[in-house]
Amino acid sequence: MIGLTWLVPVLPLVAYLVLLFTGKRMSEVAITTISVLAVLIGFVISITVVSSVAGHGPYAPVVYNWLTFGPTTITMGYQVTNLNALMLLVVTLVSTLVFLFSKSYMHGDERFSRFYQYLNLFVFSMLGLVITSNLLELYIFWELVGVCSYLLVGFWYFKPEAAVAAKKAFIVTRVGDVGLFIGVILLYLGTGSFDFTTIFAHLHHFSSMQSALGAMGRDAITHLMTVQTWVTISALLVFVGAVGKSAQFPLHVWLPDAMEGPTPVSALIHAATMVAAGVYLVARMFPLFQASAAASETVAIIGGVTAIFAASIGLTQRDIKRVIAYSTVSQLGYMMLAMGVGAYVSGMFHLMTHAFFKALLFLAAGSVIHAIDTQDLFEMGGLRKYMPITHATFLAGALALSGIPPFAGFWSKDDILTAAFDSGHYVLYAFGLIAAFFTAVYIFRVYFLTFSGTYKGSKHPHEGGIAMTLPLIVLGFLATFAGFINTPFAPLLGNFLQPNGPVGYDPPANWGLMAISAITGLLGIWVAYSLYSGGKRADAFAKRMGILYQLSFHKWYIDELYAAIIVLPVVTIADGLQFVDRYIVDGAVRLLGEVGYAGGVSLKYSADGQIQTYGLISVFGIAIVLIVALLIGGVL
Amino acid sequence: MALQPFLALAAILFGLGLYGALTKRNLIIVLISIEMMLNAANINLVAFAHFLPKPNIEGQVYALFNIAIAAAEVAVGLAILLSFFRTRDTSDVRDMNSMKW
Repeated sequence: MIGLTWLVPVLPLVAYLVLLFTGKRMSEVAITTISVLAVLIGFVISITVVSSVAGHGPYAPVVYNWLTFGPTTITMGYQVTNLNALMLLVVTLVSTLVFLFSKSYMHGDERFSRFYQYLNLFVFSMLGLVITSNLLELYIFWELVGVCSYLLVGFWYFKPEAAVAAKKAFIVTRVGDVGLFIGVILLYLGTGSFDFTTIFAHLHHFSSMQSALGAMGRDAITHLMTVQTWVTISALLVFVGAVGKSAQFPLHVWLPDAMEGPTPVSALIHAATMVAAGVYLVARMFPLFQASAAASETVAIIGGVTAIFAASIGLTQRDIKRVIAYSTVSQLGYMMLAMGVGAYVSGMFHLMTHAFFKALLFLAAGSVIHAIDTQDLFEMGGLRKYMPITHATFLAGALALSGIPPFAGFWSKDDILTAAFDSGHYVLYAFGLIAAFFTAVYIFRVYFLTFSGTYKGSKHPHEGGIAMTLPLIVLGFLATFAGFINTPFAPLLGNFLQPNGPVGYDPPANWGLMAISAITGLLGIWVAYSLYSGGKRADAFAKRMGILYQLSFHKWYIDELYAAIIVLPVVTIADGLQFVDRYIVDGAVRLLGEVGYAGGVSLKYSADGQIQTYGLISVFGIAIVLIVALLIGGVL
Repeated sequence: MALQPFLALAAILFGLGLYGALTKRNLIIVLISIEMMLNAANINLVAFAHFLPKPNIEGQVYALFNIAIAAAEVAVGLAILLSFFRTRDTSDVRDMNSMKW
């Protein structure tokens, strides 16, 4: 079955093409069936791929030559490794469930088939990104998922906020993409290849570049920098790409706004898969980051700061999806932190569990929004009675997110915190721990505001159909039990991801730290319970927090800051250039036209239709011409 | 006889014709004036043909052509005049001004 791996990304592409040409005439059921089948078959293949990889270890790349110039050949192809086999499994599983969920969520939308086209295209790009064997191809898919994200965030383009959010998502991630592209080029200059395996083999010495790229590339690099600087700069630039895609601290602003898209999109793209691509990239390029302590340190710091920073914003947002979005940013920060301190397995483990419980939280939120048509937390309440399945699964997701044992999030998050502690990053450990406390508070704030108390709205909330509840139940199950694949007692995932000996640092169990994390989570839940389950206490508390509350509610004014120092100057320059173009360049052209037109208009009155006047003027004209000609000719 | 008197006659005839064509109000007079200018040209043609160092017949042939063309032109001109007179009830040139901007 390993030979069929290429089918996994190709099936959604086929589904996309089929829907593109015939989707308009199909019924919603047919569209859903085709799409779900495409990813479901991919999921089944992925299971077999994972099982063969588990026995065999990474396979050699399957490539064909695409371009040959000079001494380099650029290849296209795919490679099955333990890492991307795991990603294939996660992406296809979550996609299948989200595809199913979307059927009822998007029911009746007039662009239903267009929605599934975009989703299929996205899944194709994401899977391609995962199994590609070289950086250039990865970059292509990297841009493709960005485009799909843009299309899907702006799916309801007639809402101005959605259109703006789509543009913002595209432009902000583009900042990161440019960094990644420069990094890719730099790695190519250094090693003469885009292939992962070649790049990793050439990381430590320039001499090997000679054979790959010739003297030209080696001289260009060696004159500028040492091997170590080159590795560090390349790693940092690759990380810039990951920062953009995974919404890490300076570039996190697009992800919360991207919540304007339909909720299944938020679950699939902006929680489980695409935003995890940044973490995946760092994991895929792990040897590069291992080779540079400075780059790893940067990754760890950015990750830790993002984790606590985003969690602190999540505490006060009013929109249910925005809270979960900031939670995503924060959890991605954890993963980066793990990668930064070298805990490769922990980071991927958290990526996987997070994909499950965050997709679950989003889908549950989608189910709530679908039922009562509002996203404002303060208009909800009491939904436990009306929506028992959504309530139970959301609770499972929330417990997993808060890191309460034995739910999935506990094992992975605790792994990361232990790794941060063991590697001596005590400040980052403290950040992570405080962020874990915040996490428990904000997600249970959402839980209590949504499900406890009494319903404040006027709708009649009820569960969606089986297509909605089934994905919730499956994901709820996963959010509860997925952690057991990598407990300290049975590190199955650890063994799977490290077939050729340890990669990075895999922390051993630390019972003390485990207890601290669990207690922190419980403490957070207790705080949320005492503040939000009983009415007015939260408002009084918010008032007492004063400036801190304001900072959190206004997202630390980052958007305002960017508006002032980046958007405003750019817009001012653009306005200036537009003025020059519109009034000076265009003005000159229009002036010429206007002169001709005005001349014509004013002269037309001299043509009064009197043939004798015309004749007279002609005679005088000819006379003048004749006299001048004769004068010049010297006759007169 | 010399060439000059013929040229002088032609010039006077052309000047009178031009003056009439540009100043007279009546369309018939204007047409007659145009005929005068054409005939002034004919006189020139014949005179030059006769008084050139190598006299030839072409000038006279052209004069005959001109007379034929003038006849055709008068026919058309009179037809326009008639049609104009029927619709507008006037033969004043100044009233023929509908083909302007």
